[in-house]
Amino acid sequence: MAVLEVSDLRTSFRTDDGVVKAVDGVSFSVERGKTLGIVGESGCGKSVTCLSIMGLNNRQNTISSGEARFNGENLLEMSSRKLRTLRGNEIAMIFQDPMTSLNPVHTIGRQLVEAVMLHRDVTKRDARLRALELLKAVGIPRADRRIDDYPHQFSGGMRQRVMIAMALINEPDLLLADEPTTALDVTTQAQILSLMTSLQEEFETAIIMITHDLGVVAEIADDVVVMYAGKVAEEGTVDEIFTRPYHPYTWGLLGSLPRLDADLDRLVQIQGSPPSLLNPPRGCRFHPRCPYVMNVCRSVVPELLPVSHSPQHLQACHLDEETKDQEVQKLLEGTLAEAS
Amino acid sequence: MVLFLAVTVVTYVIFYVTPSDPARLAAGQGATPEDVQRVAERLHLDEPVWEQYGRFLWQLVGEQSLGESFVNRQDVNDIVLRAAPVTGALVFGGAIFWLTLSIPIGIISALRPRSLIDRAGMVFVLIGLSAHPVWIGLIFAYFIGYKLELTPITGYADFFNPSQEHGGPVQWAYHMILPWSTFAILFAALYVRLIRANVMETMNEDFVRTARAKGAPESQVIRSHVLRNSMLPIVTILGMDIALALGGAIFTESIYSLPGLGRQVLQSYENFDLPVIQGIVVFSTLCIIVFNLIVDLLYAVVDPRIRLT
Repeated sequence: MAVLEVSDLRTSFRTDDGVVKAVDGVSFSVERGKTLGIVGESGCGKSVTCLSIMGLNNRQNTISSGEARFNGENLLEMSSRKLRTLRGNEIAMIFQDPMTSLNPVHTIGRQLVEAVMLHRDVTKRDARLRALELLKAVGIPRADRRIDDYPHQFSGGMRQRVMIAMALINEPDLLLADEPTTALDVTTQAQILSLMTSLQEEFETAIIMITHDLGVVAEIADDVVVMYAGKVAEEGTVDEIFTRPYHPYTWGLLGSLPRLDADLDRLVQIQGSPPSLLNPPRGCRFHPRCPYVMNVCRSVVPELLPVSHSPQHLQACHLDEETKDQEVQKLLEGTLAEAS
Repeated sequence: MVLFLAVTVVTYVIFYVTPSDPARLAAGQGATPEDVQRVAERLHLDEPVWEQYGRFLWQLVGEQSLGESFVNRQDVNDIVLRAAPVTGALVFGGAIFWLTLSIPIGIISALRPRSLIDRAGMVFVLIGLSAHPVWIGLIFAYFIGYKLELTPITGYADFFNPSQEHGGPVQWAYHMILPWSTFAILFAALYVRLIRANVMETMNEDFVRTARAKGAPESQVIRSHVLRNSMLPIVTILGMDIALALGGAIFTESIYSLPGLGRQVLQSYENFDLPVIQGIVVFSTLCIIVFNLIVDLLYAVVDPRIRLT
């Protein structure tokens, strides 16, 4: 059963310059114990999607519509009181920057205890024991002493471990991880990721992993959603997306991955930058940057449709499948050819 | 220490280059040139400025004495010690006034931006910032003191030694109400803005979002994650403001004829009474140095990042 089912989620912000449609009709679902990766460039609506699910967007200038069913209940229509009992309890979130996500004036112990006491009717003593247990679980050395330290006494990786401990302390069903490894160095990234997967097995948590790092997705995700400019470009299992991608944007992302076996002077990149969501391009939003652009792309918005060989694999592109298969072949061979 | 030397030297030099003849003033109107000469000798005004300064330092370090007034030969230590408590009472009382006023207004207007309270607060800020204390003082004195006869307009009641007319804590507070309010308004306005800006900034911090993500109710988010963090910079500024104001709240003291440092410095300046001015300068410099230290220590208590290990 799906823990979270998002359908047609739309979130827009009112700004001084006009309405920004940051998320424009996004749908996906996550199964218990599985990991969904959401990938895309900066500013394509990944984080806003997460914040909308959590109800953490600024209420004064944000409008969300659609559905986000968590264990059957729509989070978007829930009262803020009800939502609060879920937040940090059954749905938890890890943020991008561990350096600023912990309050500098409280000990980490206090911040962990707060998370427990908000949702569990336990004494401070028990909450502290629970906090200690989690700190050990996320691999903080000498946790019994470090629990009374302040965030500034921890390194970035250690702080992110604390954040993970805080998120998992009430054994949530769903964990939203918003680029949890972006601010960390590569070695620490690998540690944090393996920590998350092992904790996921232990707690059977569903994880939504937001990232722009396809390497991270390949490593831990079961399913992938590729987002571009507030819309889903392609959606499918991790195998499908990596072996038979059907959207030129995904090709671009995959093509720009650094490869150990290729000897290139410069990394391949997608030309241009993501469009302003204040005034998105007509038709397919990717068309100004797409090397395969056709006339239809400039006027008709492509629908997100299943590909013929797999009903779970969805993509939104006008290009015919025959050309796509050829291009995928070229993409895979092309990089191989460069390597040899 | 360096600060202290610099400040006193500057006071001496400025005094020296000002075209004035303190000896003639001190000797009185009918004095002959010989009298003036004698007075100058006695006050060591005939010596070069660096010798005068050396003597001043020597006295200060050796005898902890600030010297004697040129005008009435009173001990400057006494003058300063008599005036300081008045200014102290004004400043600390005023600080309590302005904090009790600005903290709630600042926080509420930060939490409800563009609300009625926020707008009313901003009007208050505008008035407080634009209105000169003298003007506010006169308005207060006229309406509250004179028309409504609610409070005394001038004078100071000693807290500890009741004289025949007035004295004791009640009279003291009664006499200070108007000066406190007048003095506090400018700062209250400044602090409302300061606190509002700080709270709003803290509300956008990542750790506040973390607290919300934990499922904390808004009141708890504000209480334990916003307020303390946003008060950190206020502590520094408060310390500096109090220290500066202790050097004499000249306007407020003048309006309400409070015998504090500000009024004293004004009087002494009119009489070119260098030792008294220098004494007050020394005192306020000390205040600033001491308060800086206090602020630093306090900061270490409030902000764990600065704690010394």
